[in-house]
Amino acid sequence: MTGATRPPLTRDRLERGLLRVLKPLVIAALVLATAFPFLYMAMLSVRDVQELILEPGSLWPRRFTLSSYADVLGRQGFLTFMRNSAIVSAASVAATLLISIPGAYALARLRFRGRRQVHFLFLAVYLFPAIVPAIPLFVLFTMLGLRGSLGGLVLVYVAQTVPVAVYMLRNYFETVPESVEEAAAIDGCGRIGTILRVVLPLSKPALMATGLYAFMIAWNEFLFALLFLVEKRESWTVSLGLSQLAGGIEVPATVLMAGSVVLTLPIVAVFFASERLLAGGLAIGAEKG
Amino acid sequence: MTAPAGPSGRTLREREARAGLFLMSPTLVITLVVVVVPLLWAVMLAFQNVRLINIRRVGLFGRYTLENFAYVLAEPGFWSALANTLVYTVAGTVLSIGVGLAAALALRGAFPGRTLVRASILIPYVAPVVAVAFLWQVMLSPQYGIVNTWLGEPIAFLSQAEGAFLGVRVPVALLTVIAFEAWRYFPFAFLFILARLQALPPELDEAAVVDGATPTQRFRHVTLPQLWRVIALLSVLRFVFTFTKFDDVYLLTGGGAGTEVVAVRVYDFLTARDDLGASAAQAIVMAAVLVVFLVVYLRSFGGAEARR
Repeated sequence: MTGATRPPLTRDRLERGLLRVLKPLVIAALVLATAFPFLYMAMLSVRDVQELILEPGSLWPRRFTLSSYADVLGRQGFLTFMRNSAIVSAASVAATLLISIPGAYALARLRFRGRRQVHFLFLAVYLFPAIVPAIPLFVLFTMLGLRGSLGGLVLVYVAQTVPVAVYMLRNYFETVPESVEEAAAIDGCGRIGTILRVVLPLSKPALMATGLYAFMIAWNEFLFALLFLVEKRESWTVSLGLSQLAGGIEVPATVLMAGSVVLTLPIVAVFFASERLLAGGLAIGAEKG
Repeated sequence: MTAPAGPSGRTLREREARAGLFLMSPTLVITLVVVVVPLLWAVMLAFQNVRLINIRRVGLFGRYTLENFAYVLAEPGFWSALANTLVYTVAGTVLSIGVGLAAALALRGAFPGRTLVRASILIPYVAPVVAVAFLWQVMLSPQYGIVNTWLGEPIAFLSQAEGAFLGVRVPVALLTVIAFEAWRYFPFAFLFILARLQALPPELDEAAVVDGATPTQRFRHVTLPQLWRVIALLSVLRFVFTFTKFDDVYLLTGGGAGTEVVAVRVYDFLTARDDLGASAAQAIVMAAVLVVFLVVYLRSFGGAEARR
């Protein structure tokens, strides 16, 4: 046999070779498809609109301008919308946690009648189309004069997130060893004291994940904000404000993209700041709405 | 033997049950008040002749009628919307899971920059729907959109109902909306499938390598069979969510150009036509169709599981 023998080209070698080429291509395509649109969004938001119309194909602005942001935040009132969204999101997170922590604890630790049926109820709520209860809620809020109030919106968001929140928290609470709780009980902690002093400090990652989930729903939600708030401009959320901005007369694409950045940046920042803590939590939720 | 009685004279078991219900009650109350009761109310509205103006007069126990259903089902717009919804849902579900699977397989092993790539992939899913819908509108705009500067002649992706592609007539706007769906939700499938992939025991794959299985054979006969469960779960979830989706289509096209889906019709009847009864009837029909699909799916899938 002579020196430079190459192993024969088997199917295995061929496939491995192909995959070695294909894999980076797939990754590159995915990054391009996901990152490029958002870079484009950011680029347009700092561009002059005349320049965009003259050269729609160029990516890099010749001249950076913050006038679109000034327009969106000032004249269009997005600062108010951001405040509204922040209030709604913070209230939703707080209320969701406050309501779901005791519920999740009860499901994880206590035996009571109807415990099994509760899961079924939650699954149904999670899967059920939001637009069906939206109709009577629209009627009810109109009758009660709650349309335009941020409180009503928070109520709806909390009801939508609570089932998933309870589910996420219960799974975590079950991993807290019961012996730790028993020790606390022997030391004289009551039920509530045990939850506050023992279970919650041990469940920080799950609490973070649940809070993030509630925040994402509240910050991103559109349908209920549209149904309940559209007639009262001063209580619009950012999502609603942006959608109404686009429906307005002759709003330049650059302004629209500046508004999109203002809407997207907070949630992406919060998400990546806390994502390390989440592990699997995100995969369950984040949909719905 | 009786359980030891507590200080208040009740058994521990009873006290535990009371505490359980007490702690559960806020959750149950808000779910019942904001979700379950409105659902039942929606069913009642569907059988009444109500508009927002006469709602107080009609009341809860007004005259019940099937008129709304007859009216809604007789409109040709409903059936085309239902057909659109089906095409949109099936294609959106299949594509998002398919792309998510490819992404999960590509990102399975470690490589430099993996964390960044993963972050990039998740953004479409994390970003608010209003922002990404307008981003697509701007990118696809026939006047100044960047995508159209790459094409020979501009295509009105979101406002053109039909176009010719290689001589075949295709529903342009509907396909664009489906592409949006796949783009926005493949990260959801990606997260589920990647989590499952990383939990697979490596021994099976290693054994297959020793036995001389090629990469595609290993995928086909070793990896994929272990992923069927999560793919089946994803199919149900994506199907349910997409079937009743309102925001995406409403924001992208407003339901125009042959993209009207049932959820958008429900909204239009509610706000533009101010016809509560017909709106509710449509929503109920939508939910019923969804339940039928789910039952059929679970039956056939459950059957396959049992035979295996």
